Amino acid sequence: MAKPTARDVLFSPVFENNPIGVQILGICSALAVTSNLRTALVMSVALTLVTAFSNLSISAIRNQIPSSIRMIVQMVIIASLVIVVDQVLKAFAYSVSKQLSVFVGLIITNCIVMGRAEAFAMQNPPRLSFLDGIGNGLGYSAMLITLGVVRELLGAGKLMGNTILPTVNEGGWYIPNGLLLLPPSAFFLIGLAIWGLRTWKVNQREAPTFRITAHVRAESY
Amino acid sequence: MSEKKETVGRTLLVALAVCLVCSVFVAGAAVSLKSLQQENALLDKQRSILRIAGMLDENANGAEVRRVFQQAITPRLVDLETGRFSDAQNPRSFDPLKAAQDPALSKILPPAEDIASIHRLERYSVAYLVEQDGEVKTLVLPIRGYGLWSTLYGFIALKSDLKTVSGFGFYQQAETPGLGGEVDNPRWLAQWPGKEVYDDSGRVDVVMIKGGVNPSSPQAVHQVDAIAGATLTSRGVEHLLHFWLGPDGFGPFLQNLKKGDA
Repeated sequence: MAKPTARDVLFSPVFENNPIGVQILGICSALAVTSNLRTALVMSVALTLVTAFSNLSISAIRNQIPSSIRMIVQMVIIASLVIVVDQVLKAFAYSVSKQLSVFVGLIITNCIVMGRAEAFAMQNPPRLSFLDGIGNGLGYSAMLITLGVVRELLGAGKLMGNTILPTVNEGGWYIPNGLLLLPPSAFFLIGLAIWGLRTWKVNQREAPTFRITAHVRAESY
Repeated sequence: MSEKKETVGRTLLVALAVCLVCSVFVAGAAVSLKSLQQENALLDKQRSILRIAGMLDENANGAEVRRVFQQAITPRLVDLETGRFSDAQNPRSFDPLKAAQDPALSKILPPAEDIASIHRLERYSVAYLVEQDGEVKTLVLPIRGYGLWSTLYGFIALKSDLKTVSGFGFYQQAETPGLGGEVDNPRWLAQWPGKEVYDDSGRVDVVMIKGGVNPSSPQAVHQVDAIAGATLTSRGVEHLLHFWLGPDGFGPFLQNLKKGDA
């Protein structure tokens, strides 16, 4: 494989190699925090920062980490960063941190962070790894923001808490789709987004693992 | 890859160094941000008390919240057992929710009495008084109880007759968004002010009903339109009001206060 350039690592995860759309990582939080745009945005920023700085620090000490404990070292670094992000949110954005509750803490288990640390930061220099973290964070953010906009706008008629489509409950005309506020709706939306992405970028299609055989007529038994 | 990296001594050394650096980093952040965090939690509570007492609009900034709270609200400790004011704890720093977890300051509720499903009841709670010319104008009481998925935490504000609601709302809940979560909908909350929570004989009387309140009914003042699609959350709200305004909650205190004997 050719040496990755800064431009590649920063922008290819947004559409070409989206962590949610192509690698199908980080689905759990994408379902949980996208019922409104504000939490989706804060979560995006938090995850981008954690991925970038965990990549940076793991890459900086990659030649010192003994391979027998490399996963645990990565985990310790990621966990520390996540705790700090959680503390900062509690201090400076209290109401948002209350809404995100446990999901900031769960960034620790987000496969994107661990995946980039193990797959990229362990082999590449710090600057490139940092950019790779930002890039993958952006890919995750792009998907989260799309979901957040669709779910909040069509589910509650609002964006960032400001009314866009006045709902019937509040004396307007829009009948909101309550399903969009529930986590399963994000599954449908992610599915649609992946469908769209793969129609546009044909090379993302995977070869089918099995084929359904032609219908067998009863007489042939 | 060099051989040196994989020795036992070196592995331990790297592990130790990483742990040390990370723990200093985490501890540093936690300690330096602690005072800000506590202030935020306090501010959040004061903001919801003022909002439910109807004394502040939604978007007031932190300094304003602190100033209005300081001027207008008097927190007083209430002994739930005797139903009287008490000086056993400092009401400004006392946290009833923390006390409910402390065996020395709380008791386990028998299931038959525990209609709000809170499991433990604290001995002392805090009432927030808005006084005018030495008289209680508004009384704000903390309430909580289980809905469908979560415990709802909120306040109810009563007028000086101690039975008419002047404000009601929750500051923390995790009910289904769009259904039970509508307990936070301002339009639903707007039907509470003016309702009476006690009947003429002094018993708790507030019910959630289906299909809207008929304003000409003599019972209308005790009835609230339940939330559509959220039967269990509505029932939870009804139960928690019955509990906290009843004999195990603030009931005796409110009776004493009315007699001028609290």
